[in-house]
Amino acid sequence: MDIHEYQAKEILKSFGVTVPEGALAYSPEQAAYRAREMGGNAWVVKAQVHAGGRGKAGGVKLCKTDHEILDASSAMFGMKLVTHQTGPEGKGVYRVYVEAATAFDREIYLGFVLDRSSQRIMIVASAEGGMEIEEISATRPDSIVRQTVEPAVGLRDFQAREIAFALGIPPDLTQQMVRTLQGCFRAFTDLDATMVEINPLVITADRRIMALDAKMTFDTNALFRHPQISELRDKSQEDPRESRAADRGLAYIGLSGNIGCIVNGAGLAMATMDTIKLAGGEPANFLDIGGGATPERVAKAFRLVTSDKNVQAVLVNIFAGINRCDWVAEGVVQALKMEPVDVPVIVRLAGTNVEEGQKILAKSGLPIIRANSLMEAATRAVTAWKNDTAQNSRLRASE
Amino acid sequence: MSIFINRDSRIIVQGITGRMAQFHTKEMLDYGSNVVGGVVPGKGGEKVFGVPVFNTVKEAVAATGADTSLVFVPPPFAADSIMEAADGGIRYCVCITDGIPAQDMIRVKRYMLRYPRERRMVLTGPNCAGTITPGQALLGIMPGHIYLTGPVGIVGRSGTLGYEAAQQLKDLGIGVSTSVGIGGDPINGSSFRDILEEFEKDPATEVVCMIGEIGGPQEAEAAAYIQSHMTKPVIAYIAGLTAPKGRTMGHAGAIISAFGESASEKVEILTAAGVTVAENPSVIGSTIARVLQGRAA
Repeated sequence: MDIHEYQAKEILKSFGVTVPEGALAYSPEQAAYRAREMGGNAWVVKAQVHAGGRGKAGGVKLCKTDHEILDASSAMFGMKLVTHQTGPEGKGVYRVYVEAATAFDREIYLGFVLDRSSQRIMIVASAEGGMEIEEISATRPDSIVRQTVEPAVGLRDFQAREIAFALGIPPDLTQQMVRTLQGCFRAFTDLDATMVEINPLVITADRRIMALDAKMTFDTNALFRHPQISELRDKSQEDPRESRAADRGLAYIGLSGNIGCIVNGAGLAMATMDTIKLAGGEPANFLDIGGGATPERVAKAFRLVTSDKNVQAVLVNIFAGINRCDWVAEGVVQALKMEPVDVPVIVRLAGTNVEEGQKILAKSGLPIIRANSLMEAATRAVTAWKNDTAQNSRLRASE
Repeated sequence: MSIFINRDSRIIVQGITGRMAQFHTKEMLDYGSNVVGGVVPGKGGEKVFGVPVFNTVKEAVAATGADTSLVFVPPPFAADSIMEAADGGIRYCVCITDGIPAQDMIRVKRYMLRYPRERRMVLTGPNCAGTITPGQALLGIMPGHIYLTGPVGIVGRSGTLGYEAAQQLKDLGIGVSTSVGIGGDPINGSSFRDILEEFEKDPATEVVCMIGEIGGPQEAEAAAYIQSHMTKPVIAYIAGLTAPKGRTMGHAGAIISAFGESASEKVEILTAAGVTVAENPSVIGSTIARVLQGRAA
């Protein structure tokens, strides 16, 4: 789960990381008022969206007067900020953060991640801050410093010092750097983060180590023990279909094709998408109904997939282990009886309780196309969709 | 022979009184698995399908001689249960639970290292379908009837895609030595490489089928091991060639994950290591059959 920059800064500050003075605003007037309240003679207005690359997209503006703040934030509010991390649809700006502008001498990149290779928390840092990290690793790979943390004892001060010296932090600032690294690490572990990124971390003109930007991502599996983090969720930053799915216990990603997919297991869901493409179709979505899905959850999945107007055929592919084919069949029948759809529905069932599932489909009297294998299901879905489309265009032509 | 489990494995189910656990304990008993006990704190003395329930793993091990465990405990408590199994003398543990916090798993892996190698528990999962040695023991949630006995070792991240492979093999009359699910979580008990090492040593396994997917470094690490150490042929399928690129917020992941995380890169790396890659999920079975025939000829 992602949070906003201002929220990440508030959290990191509470763990001893130095951040600029700042305030949140929900309108241009409030932004200008916040700046006056703060005092000073230069401010940075920053669009709050769940994505990086805001500067290049016009989401960060340096302002020196009231008017400039009003103009900059008026332009930001309501806009869809499109960065290389948002996708072409962009993310809406509903909050801006106003900060005191900071003069600095040096920029550093600092990231904490779960490293899948060592299966530990890894710290990644570079003296080439301010640049995108992909750019740094492509152009200056030698500048990158890495440390993994032994879980039994946590981040040791000597490791933090090693990082500080490797980055060329002046000796009189080593202690501040150690405090910053330890603060980020404690925030990461105490709150079950999966990523903490500060880019840039700067050495200010008055010799402080300060986080000018901050991103944090949290482990959704651990939110049950951090209700205060769950509350930071901002649905305005999520794809509405995806957040609706998540609320129903479904993993859904909308795509641009026209064959809707309902599958159990992420791997099989991806394999189903690959097979649809091979059969000459395009998947409309990725959807994993998860394990132990009840008929109700399956029916919800069905309605979610068919609510996409691009969907012209639905392919249900279930290989049940912890799931039950009879429950899945009941869910499909339930959904179709409540809200009949005018697109072909292809169902492939295998595994636990498959006979019971097939019986339920057969007895329903619904025009469900059944398939025995994944390839057969994908081929039938693509053929059914093509026939249906051809038939519809003939109907339109005869009108 | 087989890897990890056989008909003599003495199995306990941690969390046996839960609804899903009961359903699958019954399936395991019906399959012929030697389920000797269950563990649920506070429910010691009860019975589930005639299987005695104990309060702790240590009690269960003392009373039944259990050496194998299946963890069905809810996510907030699952890491603790795995550690209890490791401390209680269990040698092989499968964790089915989906949704365990990643940092809990980091602690579990560190905790397991406190035991000397000869007493150290092997963990597969979490978030996996389990392990099956067809005809001998089912330790997990997979439908047992889709597996024939035979020479193919299966290892995969996705449970349901593993079923797909087993079903295709069955349709061709080909069986499985052992099938192991390593699970879909970023921090997992055993990697592809760990399981490949076991299959390489197992006399019952002639070829290995490896089912990977996009994300993570474990397929590329397996490729390096296969190239330098494996004598048995490996057939692979990688899911997600058409999957959209993940939309992530930060970049810190990108820098350490470098080359080898997309499906097409994994296919490229595995092919270069001498692995036969099945081009789509529907030809996993026939590709394995072809490799087996090539060996016989």
